[in-house]
Amino acid sequence: MADTIKVEVFKGEGGQGAYQVFDVPRMESQTVLDVVTHIQRNLDASLAYRFACRVGMCGSCAMMVNGSPRWTCRTHVGDVVEDGCLKIAPLRNLPHIRDLAADLVPFFDKMQKAGGRFVAGKEVPQQMLNIDPQSPARVAVDAGIECIGCAVCYAACDVVAWTPDYVGPAALNRAWTLVNDERVADTGWHLQQVALDGGCTSCHSQGACSVHCPKSLNPSQSITGLKRAVAAAFIKGEL
Amino acid sequence: MKNVFAHRQHPYYLAFIVHRLSGIGLAVFLPFHFLVLGLAIEGDAALDGFLAWTDQPLVKAAETLLIILLTVHFAGGLRLLMMEFVAWSDRQKLIISSGFAASIGVGLLFLLNG
Repeated sequence: MADTIKVEVFKGEGGQGAYQVFDVPRMESQTVLDVVTHIQRNLDASLAYRFACRVGMCGSCAMMVNGSPRWTCRTHVGDVVEDGCLKIAPLRNLPHIRDLAADLVPFFDKMQKAGGRFVAGKEVPQQMLNIDPQSPARVAVDAGIECIGCAVCYAACDVVAWTPDYVGPAALNRAWTLVNDERVADTGWHLQQVALDGGCTSCHSQGACSVHCPKSLNPSQSITGLKRAVAAAFIKGEL
Repeated sequence: MKNVFAHRQHPYYLAFIVHRLSGIGLAVFLPFHFLVLGLAIEGDAALDGFLAWTDQPLVKAAETLLIILLTVHFAGGLRLLMMEFVAWSDRQKLIISSGFAASIGVGLLFLLNG
């Protein structure tokens, strides 16, 4: 193991800027977030970046590391370092705020656009609805409900880059969990939302979302599920 | 430069690119295909003359490539139709590689029979 790593960090504001090089001491079990934190605390106090939980739960610390989007708190330097170098940039496909901080507002706005909010029926249920854990609808979203909203899939997706209206894998994955939720009052409304322009039919099944998801979820599978549900609703004349 | 392609280095992206490029290749080929079919209307001699020209090794190689493009595009299309209208399969990598292998196989069969 080398004594130091050469780290290129994007510094700038509003998309304008350049990479600045830092030499960071290499340590055992060091994560990429450890490297960024070392730079901010010891080498450049002005460095802006985002993190919260440090244990892979909050989805705040995602960045581009050597060209791929990753959750930095759970990414070991040893797994991604290339020739002793790391290149760290803000998440792609999102507006740039400063240094390593990207603006996630469009990402969460698109979750709303895809009908990603839970809407229960108007009547208050008299007793808690029992969801059978083995029911096909519940099994279909076993993985999808674990999404932490880190936007790694959104940054990995080329369709998001090419089609600004496309809501992206995370929003559609969220919609898929609601389409399969027995408690949801109007499943048809959710299908209508994802069938709009920029919805599930915009996906080209490139699979980057599933390859890069740090939680090993499969948004591609969720989106194909939505495509089938939308096609079935369309044939039945429900859309 | 390698950072530009880093997040695209996976079999699903390769399948996407191959599907797109083969589709463009086939779209470019189609007018020429109709042109040759049009020769048949003009008479036997015109078509036979063209078919004799296609026996040249370079043209045969181009035809083989065309057959591979057609098969790989067909296989890629079937994969997409399957996952978007039938059911998801976790064996996507196997399906993609099988499609590639089948297209090479069909291309070789064409070459051997030619």
